[in-house]
Amino acid sequence: MGKIVEIEGVNKIYGSNHVVKDLNLSIEEGEFLTLLGSSGCGKTTTLRMIAGFEEPTTGTIMVEGERVEDKEPFERNVNTVFQSYALFPHKTIYDNIAYGLKMKKVPKAEIKERVYEMMEMVQLGGFEKRYPSQLSGGQKQRVAIARALINRPRVLLLDEPLGALDLKLRKQMQLELKRLQKKLNITFIYVTHDQEEALTMSDRIAVMHDGVIDQLATPTEIYEHPKTKFVATFIGETNIYDGCITSITDGVATMTLENGAVSVKCPEDFSLLEYATISVRPEKMRFATEPVEGFELEAQVKDYIYVGSVLKCIVSLPNGNELKIERLAGQELPPIGSKCYPYWNIDDAVLIHNESHYIFEALNNIKLA
Amino acid sequence: MKHEKTKHEFRANTLPALVTVGPVTIIMVLLIAVPLIYVAVMSFCSIDEFYNVTFDFTLENYVRLANVDYLKIYAQSIVIALVTTVICILVGYPFSYIIARTKSKKKKILYMLVIIPFWTNSLIRIYGWRTFLGSSGWLNSLLAGIGIAKEPIEFLYKQGTTILGMVYCLIPFMILPLYTAIEKLDSSLLEASSDLGARPVSTFLEVILPLTSSGIFSGSLMVFIPCLGYFFVSDILGGGNSDVIGNLIERQFQSGNNWPLGAALSIILIVVTLILVKIYQKLGGDMDSLGV
Repeated sequence: MGKIVEIEGVNKIYGSNHVVKDLNLSIEEGEFLTLLGSSGCGKTTTLRMIAGFEEPTTGTIMVEGERVEDKEPFERNVNTVFQSYALFPHKTIYDNIAYGLKMKKVPKAEIKERVYEMMEMVQLGGFEKRYPSQLSGGQKQRVAIARALINRPRVLLLDEPLGALDLKLRKQMQLELKRLQKKLNITFIYVTHDQEEALTMSDRIAVMHDGVIDQLATPTEIYEHPKTKFVATFIGETNIYDGCITSITDGVATMTLENGAVSVKCPEDFSLLEYATISVRPEKMRFATEPVEGFELEAQVKDYIYVGSVLKCIVSLPNGNELKIERLAGQELPPIGSKCYPYWNIDDAVLIHNESHYIFEALNNIKLA
Repeated sequence: MKHEKTKHEFRANTLPALVTVGPVTIIMVLLIAVPLIYVAVMSFCSIDEFYNVTFDFTLENYVRLANVDYLKIYAQSIVIALVTTVICILVGYPFSYIIARTKSKKKKILYMLVIIPFWTNSLIRIYGWRTFLGSSGWLNSLLAGIGIAKEPIEFLYKQGTTILGMVYCLIPFMILPLYTAIEKLDSSLLEASSDLGARPVSTFLEVILPLTSSGIFSGSLMVFIPCLGYFFVSDILGGGNSDVIGNLIERQFQSGNNWPLGAALSIILIVVTLILVKIYQKLGGDMDSLGV
């Protein structure tokens, strides 16, 4: 298993708009990699550059060890599943799926065999004579996938392929896509803005923000150890606080926040008096009716929201900020309006470098000078 | 209460409908339906020795139209219209494709280049061509000036010149529907085609052409039909050597002074047009894209 796609120093600039900034990304053969980010973060542009629809302003893109950035899409051994499906409306499902093979001048008998095989694989048997307009969204999606996969690409690019489907169908297709990917052992590069989808399907996720990859890691790593504030807030729900590290003892830092002080496990690359951000997932958050050692945080229970398996507690801090805390339903709870003391296991909170820290440092340096 | 409500509904719907559609309907009936019926009736009338129309029912006008000389001109008309249509497709398609697909600001300028000549009377523009192509016209002066032609070349009064004039007059009718069809083309389909390994020529034949054929259809119809009737083009540029059906009609109403015969010719032209539109519809053509 080697690297199948390597993107080095790629920039994409449209006029005054710097969409992709100095992007470096290696994709392993057979992996399911997701480019995750909100709209306008450059994820689709990155995908389109790999497909060949856009040319990078600078930088190189290698597919299977070969530079491709000057090649036309029809010269590349990658295929794309489009967000809008882009099925040919004037061709039958059979002809849509056969299109790639027909272009490669594959013998007719083989085309027929492979199309039927593919249609079985995506559960579209019997639909060959229909036209795209006669299919439902989910069926169109399957045709789009079959049309791309029949060419046996080394890399399949998927641009928000499930975006137009309803939630239930989307969940089902997520599992099916993952199953297909494992079965065919094809590298999938998947673009989505849906963090849940990314967590469910991917081997690795590249979280993109403003044309830059903020973090590239496994779903677990991304969820549990976000590297930036953006990643922490974009993936899942979290409670986020800015504060200053006021003491470090035995790898545990005390952070002074606006409303008090808390304890958090401190990795080595954080230093005393650093301005940093702390992120705690609602399910990792606890609250007690008595103060807990290491935490000087006082709050008031504001509301309980029952959401089935868990109970969401909203507590408000003296400055009006709210914390979200999840508890298993059925536990005894302090009444609304009463005082409570939020805390967590020190291993469960994540310390994140804060970009503004460097501004503070710079300001301090100016003052000293 | 109920009664009042219906009264209110009458006011809310019927009055505005009458006010907006009513005058249009009256105008349409007076200016289109009535003359059309008049022409149809006249085509079955006779003329007396002073060329006055008399209301004696006769089929003679239609019988006369089956004459070999007339048939030759119908055939010639159809050839001229066909050639004009084909040239309009060949010239109009690439041009429409460029204006529909270009992203630059030039798009508007290119589009206006098609539209603006449209605002000038086509008769005047055809006279312009005559001045340009005439034996002492600009083109001949230019050719003589640079020494290519010693004698003035006779460009006018040829079938080719008529076709040139027809193409010139009618090409906007080809470009506009083509432009609409090509602009509607989803560019992700072209990307998908290329992504699946199709070279540009294959993408054109497999995707672009079939998906814009409606534009070619309606454009062809909108060029072919007027071409049969644009008598002034063949009159001014063809000099009587390349008559179309329109010339025959014009001649019967003017110099021939045989209105019933002219009316019968008009009816023939209308029938031909209707047959063509019917064929167009049968082939899956959309009436909306004809502007009907």
